[in-house]
Amino acid sequence: MAINLNNVHFAYPESPSIDVLNVNSWSVSPGEQVFIHGPSGEGKSTLLNLLSGMLTATTGEVMVLGERLDRMTERQRDRFRANHIGYIFQQFNLIPYIDAIDNIKLAYGFSGNQRHPGLVDEIKSLLSTFQIDRSDWHRPIGKLSIGQQQRIAIARALINKPQLLIADEPTSSLDQKNRDNFMSALVSLVSAQGITLLFVSHDMSLANYFGRIDALSEINVSRKRL
Amino acid sequence: MFTRLATKSLLNRKGSVLLTIMAMSVSIFVLLGVEHIRDQSKQSFNSTVSGVDLIVGARTGSLNLLLYSVFRLGSPTSNIAWDSYQRVSSNPKVAWSIPISLGDSHRGFRVLGTTTDYFKYFNYGKKRRLEFSSGKPFEYTFDLVLGAQVAKKLGYSLGAQVVLAHGLGRASFSLHNKNPFTVVGILAPTGTPVDQTVHVSLQGVEAVHGGLQKPYVADDLPLVDFQGAELQPKSITAFMLGLTSRMATFGVRRDINNYRNEPLTAILPGVALSELWQMMSVIESTLRLISGLVLISALLGLSAMMLASIKEREKEIYLLRVIGAPPFYLFLLIELEALLISCISMFVGTITLYLSLLIARDGLATNFGLHIGVNVFSFNNVIFLVLVAGSTMVAAAIPSLMAFNDSSRRV
Repeated sequence: MAINLNNVHFAYPESPSIDVLNVNSWSVSPGEQVFIHGPSGEGKSTLLNLLSGMLTATTGEVMVLGERLDRMTERQRDRFRANHIGYIFQQFNLIPYIDAIDNIKLAYGFSGNQRHPGLVDEIKSLLSTFQIDRSDWHRPIGKLSIGQQQRIAIARALINKPQLLIADEPTSSLDQKNRDNFMSALVSLVSAQGITLLFVSHDMSLANYFGRIDALSEINVSRKRL
Repeated sequence: MFTRLATKSLLNRKGSVLLTIMAMSVSIFVLLGVEHIRDQSKQSFNSTVSGVDLIVGARTGSLNLLLYSVFRLGSPTSNIAWDSYQRVSSNPKVAWSIPISLGDSHRGFRVLGTTTDYFKYFNYGKKRRLEFSSGKPFEYTFDLVLGAQVAKKLGYSLGAQVVLAHGLGRASFSLHNKNPFTVVGILAPTGTPVDQTVHVSLQGVEAVHGGLQKPYVADDLPLVDFQGAELQPKSITAFMLGLTSRMATFGVRRDINNYRNEPLTAILPGVALSELWQMMSVIESTLRLISGLVLISALLGLSAMMLASIKEREKEIYLLRVIGAPPFYLFLLIELEALLISCISMFVGTITLYLSLLIARDGLATNFGLHIGVNVFSFNNVIFLVLVAGSTMVAAAIPSLMAFNDSSRRV
């Protein structure tokens, strides 16, 4: 399994009696592309942070790509995340004051992979794949359009050849045309590389890009009790 | 990439970073400046006179006597009789003596009337004799020897005609223009008040003050003697003594201080210099304290600026964490940013200090007798710079730890 959650509970230390997340059992197969939908406040961010190792479960078993994240140290989780998980957000995906190439290099650097002479060429080829003009490669991110930024964010997320890609409402700030371009590029690349994709959005019109659709309320049962 | 990220991050916050750099540069300028001037003044003062066992003047405080006789600062209380000078210097324990007569000036530079023994016996630094870069000591009454700085600033060379003025003002209305002097010698630079001094013979001083009854041309009056009574000084300002033995110093000093015909004061230059520095130590400590406080306030400003930036950069920190940056990386990133600000400030502060010293050097020498070098990299200052860098790391530890904790905790 790419993801396997068993009896996972999570509560913030400030209010330990309130379960923000309660997942009895939930799993995703390798290479599967899952669309997760649900309104705000259903524990979406908490679930994604648990899967990326930014948070650790209060109790339960969090297995990602065959590794128990709940048994790893913080440093091991950081390294695991850098090496195996790509992340795309709704906004602020990139450091705004450095250029596209440096943003991608930065993500590469945290993976612990040795820098190789062909790295910059690899980054440039990735940027070309996502139709980022050569003239924009060295411009600070803050000077690029949101659509360009989101496409660079995919390139950044893919540089370490992740096995799992988490996309958290990445199309929310895009117009119709940019959204369609983004989705096509993302889905085709993920399919071609066999990457497991978790795509979270409240926009149900995107569901047709995915083979599996899960409601957040079905995964996180703590909300059902309320 | 790490340094690049820190640099670009600072460039992205130009406004606040620039203000912080300015505040820190000013504090580093003050800190290094105070230390440098303190150190250089001490060295300069200590090397001004050497090999002189006693300085004798009219009854006054030892510091006052030291300041006007050696540093050409302040004014003498009164003169001493020529007769007293001759009696004291004829003491068998006195190896040599240099009479000094002050009171005239030339275009803001003090004129010192003396004898040719001045060029023979006066030492500065580590017992270094005065040397001539060109010319020779005075031979005739209206010969004149220039200090290196005077010659340089006024553009005088050998053979130039110089008119002395009565008093010490830069612009005097009482010129001794009936008897112009001729430059016959220019001294090599010494880094002491000698460089700022115009030297003439005692006979010359006497001549321009009405000793001569009829006009003479310069070559008429060789310095064989005092031309009878005509050019013999009635009084001088002070005199320096070299003794035959160091052991005799205290005895001769006591004799001079108890001299019955006239109230005289004899001082040991080394002791007077120590007294001067002892007096200055309170000012020294106060200046050091003030510059330290200025630095602390600048460092606190840096810390506050970095702290505010952490708040602004929450999303950036989160993003870095998501792409795999460990909390310690963020700690080091903030520390590096602070260190870069500190290094730039040190550079700006040091360069500004260097340029300021370059500009103020001549003024300090002319007006205060302080010969300050422009090389600010003394051992103490290098230690100070290392301490500033260390203090920066400590001051930045608060925002760095905050970034560390936030990134460990936040989702």
